[in-house]
Order: sequence, then C-alpha cells, then structure tokens
Amino acid sequence: MNDIAIHTENLTRDFSTVRAVDSLTMEVPTGIIFGFLGPNGAGKTTTIRLLLGLLEPTGGRAEVLGFDTRTQANGIRLRTGALLEHPGLYERLSAEDNLEFYGRVWHLPTNERRARIKELLTHLGLWERRKESVRTWSRGMKQKLAVARTLLHRPSLIFMDEPTAGLDPVAAAALREDLLALAAREKVTVFLTTHNLAEAEKLCARVGVIRQGKLLAVGHPDELRARSGAPRAEVIGRGFDEKLLALLRARPEVAAADLQNERLLIDLRGEADVAPLVSLMVSAGAEVEEVRKGKASLEEVFLTLMEEER
Amino acid sequence: MIADVWTVMWKEWKEIFLQRGSLRGGAWNLLLMIGVFGVFLPLQAGRSWVESPQGLIYWAWVPLFLVTSVIADSFAGERERQTLETLLASRLSDRAILSGKVSAAVGYGWGLTMAAMLVGLVTVNLAHGRGELLLYPAAVFGGIMGLSLLASGLVAGVGVLVSLRASTVRQAAQTMSIAIMLLLFVPVFGVQALPAEWKARLAQAVMGADVVQIVLVAAAVLMVLDLGLLAAAMARFQRARLILD
Repeated sequence: MNDIAIHTENLTRDFSTVRAVDSLTMEVPTGIIFGFLGPNGAGKTTTIRLLLGLLEPTGGRAEVLGFDTRTQANGIRLRTGALLEHPGLYERLSAEDNLEFYGRVWHLPTNERRARIKELLTHLGLWERRKESVRTWSRGMKQKLAVARTLLHRPSLIFMDEPTAGLDPVAAAALREDLLALAAREKVTVFLTTHNLAEAEKLCARVGVIRQGKLLAVGHPDELRARSGAPRAEVIGRGFDEKLLALLRARPEVAAADLQNERLLIDLRGEADVAPLVSLMVSAGAEVEEVRKGKASLEEVFLTLMEEER
Repeated sequence: MIADVWTVMWKEWKEIFLQRGSLRGGAWNLLLMIGVFGVFLPLQAGRSWVESPQGLIYWAWVPLFLVTSVIADSFAGERERQTLETLLASRLSDRAILSGKVSAAVGYGWGLTMAAMLVGLVTVNLAHGRGELLLYPAAVFGGIMGLSLLASGLVAGVGVLVSLRASTVRQAAQTMSIAIMLLLFVPVFGVQALPAEWKARLAQAVMGADVVQIVLVAAAVLMVLDLGLLAAAMARFQRARLILD
C-alpha cells in the first residue's frame, strides 16, 4: 500500500482572471484525517474537484492513490468516496434506495450490498427510518446518510467538503463522533475541508491552511501551534487597566499583553515563568482569580497566518 | 457498461414514478396517460383508429409528448436538486450516465406508447369490433413500433442537449417546448412554402408509395437524426463543464 494518499506539485487552477488554487504542493499520508482549513473562497472546494479529476488543472500535477488526476481520473473515482458541498441525495427516493443506487453504481453484489446498507444505517441510527423519503428528513440526518453513501463501497480515501456546515451544534457534534468512529473502523484516509477550527483540532492528525489558493502552512495541529511562537498566559480576574498593561509590557519576558473580553492575554518570550508576573499584577492592585498557561489554539494560529498574509 | 446503464435507468425510473411523492401518485399519472391515449381518443376515432394508416402519425407523435416531460429533468433536475456533482464524482463513465438517462426517457416514453396502443386496440375492438377482430395491418404495426421508438430517441436527443445546458428544470422544459414546436411545425410550414410544382410532385410520391416505403424513409431520417443528436450530446457531456455551468 502506498504511504502517500495525495501528492500535489504546483497544482494550479485559474478561472479566467482569478487564481483559485495557486501552486499547491503538499502530501497527505495514508490512513489519517487531513484537515484542509481556510476561509470561504480560499480554494478548498476547487482543490477537491481537482483531486477527483472533475476539473483539469491549469498547471502543475496531482496524484491521488498513485493515479494521475489528469489521465487516470476514473481510477481515482473508482477508489474514493466524496461528500461534496451538498449531500447529493435523491430526495424523492427513500434512504435505502439512495444507498441501493450507489451500491449498484459501485457494483457491490446484492447480498453484500444489503448487508453493508444495514451495517452503516444501523451504526448511524437510521435503520428504522430507511423506508422514509429523504425529503422529510432533517439536515443532520441527510448528512449522516450522505456519510453512509460515501463509505458504502469501502473506499480507501474519502473527500468531505465541510460536512458539518449548516448543522446545529448538537447535530454537528454527533456527526463528528460518527465520522471519527467510522474512519477509525474502516481505516480510511479522510481529506476534510472545513473552516471550523475546533472541528479540525478535534478530528485531524494533520492540517493544511489555505488562503486565496495558497498553502500557508501544513503539519500536525501541535506543530502549527508550536510554530506560532512562545507560550501564552491567560489571566482571569479584576482590576486590569492600561497602567497594569504598561507595567507588564515593560517586562523583558513579555512579548505582548492585551485585554480581550475581560481576560488578560500575555504572550511570553521563551519558556518564561508566570509566577513573577502574577506577583506584579497583585502588587499593582489587580485581583487574580485564575491563570492558565499554554500554547495558542489552532484558531489563534489560523488567525495569525491569515493576518501575516494580508 | 451495460450494468451501469441499467443502474442509471433504475434510478431514473424510480424518480419518475415517485415524482408525485408516492408510487400511488405515479401509478395514477400512468393510468391517466393510458386513459387519454388508449381509451378516450380511440373511442372518439372508432374503427378508423385501427384501419387508417394515419395511426402511424399519431403513434409517432405520442412519444414526443411523453418523453419531453421526462428528459427535461434529466440533467437540469440533477443540477437544480444539487445531486449532479455527487453523481459525476462517482465511478460511472460519461457514456453510462448519458446512455442511462437517454434510455430511461426513451424506455418510459416508448413503453407507455406501446401500452397505450395495446389498450387502444382492445378498446376499439370492444367498442366498435362488431364481432370482428380488428388488428393493425402488419406494415402499420411494425411502423408504429419502429417510428415511435425512433421518435422517442429524437426527443430524448434534443432533450438531453437542452437539459445539459439548462440551469433549471423549468428553463429546460420551456426550451424543449419551443424545440418540439419547431420539430412539428418546420416540416409542415416547410412543405407549405415549397413551389406548387414541387408540392404536387411530393404529394404524388407520397400517394404512390406504399406504407412500407414511407415507414422505411421516415425511419432512416429519424435514425440519422437520433445518432447525430446522441453524438452531439456525448460531445457536450464534459464533467468539468457540467460542474462549472
């Protein structure tokens, strides 16, 4: 089995004067959930279309599961599953018929098809409602069914374009749990686009950050957090004012200090100790309730990357 | 390839029969069609329904009406209901998707036409048979079978080209109505516009020819048109273009 599921080299796609994907070079190892992060219009969906061979690149090249996207797109589509921007379900048909159709598309033998449909629908809690027309279902249920359809033929790689977009927090959390469980059980590589950073942090073993078609960073979420700089302290309490901020900023171990939503955020230089800073704050009249020291969240890394590129 | 075409046809037929929300609604729709074309109109026409060779024109016209309603939905419907991209991202080949959709529309239109024709035959025998068994002459019967099939193919060919370009089903259906009007009226007005001498010659040729000759010429013309339209649809079917449209 190939260790690299997706390999791109200077992959580029233009739409008249707009460059949607700009010299994208990256590798996605086999067997992981890879998160492709970026704001709306960053080029995530275009990248998926390029990788599925649905669009021709303007420049560069890409290989998916060892198949060239330009010349061997059929080989790619045979071995992959895709949950794209929309669930892509036939709403006049029942849930079972939707899966039956795609089971036939992938030439699953009748007995195997039926067993697989039952297995997936049972796992997702939809088996009892399999005969219902999909049009009567909630968006969350439709999205779960679309996940089942994507995994039906046991693909070795699946593409998911913002699978939790538009779902309420409960449905989104349930779908994330299902995705994690199914991906682990099926040992499938997942290429997941999202602009939900908490989701990426929770699901992904590796993430790539894209903006205006350009890949800004790629790595494990921890690596990206580490790359973003030194640790940060978050202080909760009362009496934080401009005078205190000025005192903190004057300290050599403090790179930056800011108030955000009544929380004091202090960016530290190196592995600086927080205790002397707490003493300073207390002596300056502030009341400290809680101090948390840690690295920046993926969201903060993401925002930093977005800012750097502007 | 054949299995894939059949799979697409299976899905298309399911969608056609469920378009009114349930199988019962779909069945009523079919019964209504058969009632109009297989009972009401034959009862009005009487014995001439079977005895006159004009039946050939009628049965070649019926599929135009039936196929139009289905084929407009083929690609424009998938695009409108946001299922097209998922279908294109599957392992199905371009040829299988296109052939499956065209075959489903042709099968629906032609199958319903044949069912209505047989019901019409029974209706005329029951109502106007007077103890005789009324049957279409062999040449007319063969002509009805062949020409209605080829006419279904013609509408499906035009329809799939229209549906590939249309962004909504309504737009596709409107364009199809215009295309069908042109298909029906251009030959009629074209003949009207011919010089009198040519018209006389044409009428003489038609009157002089037997049914078999007319059927064969019409079938050859329809066959060429069908193949041309299918080739054009195949050339127009490009995944990237369909997604970006």
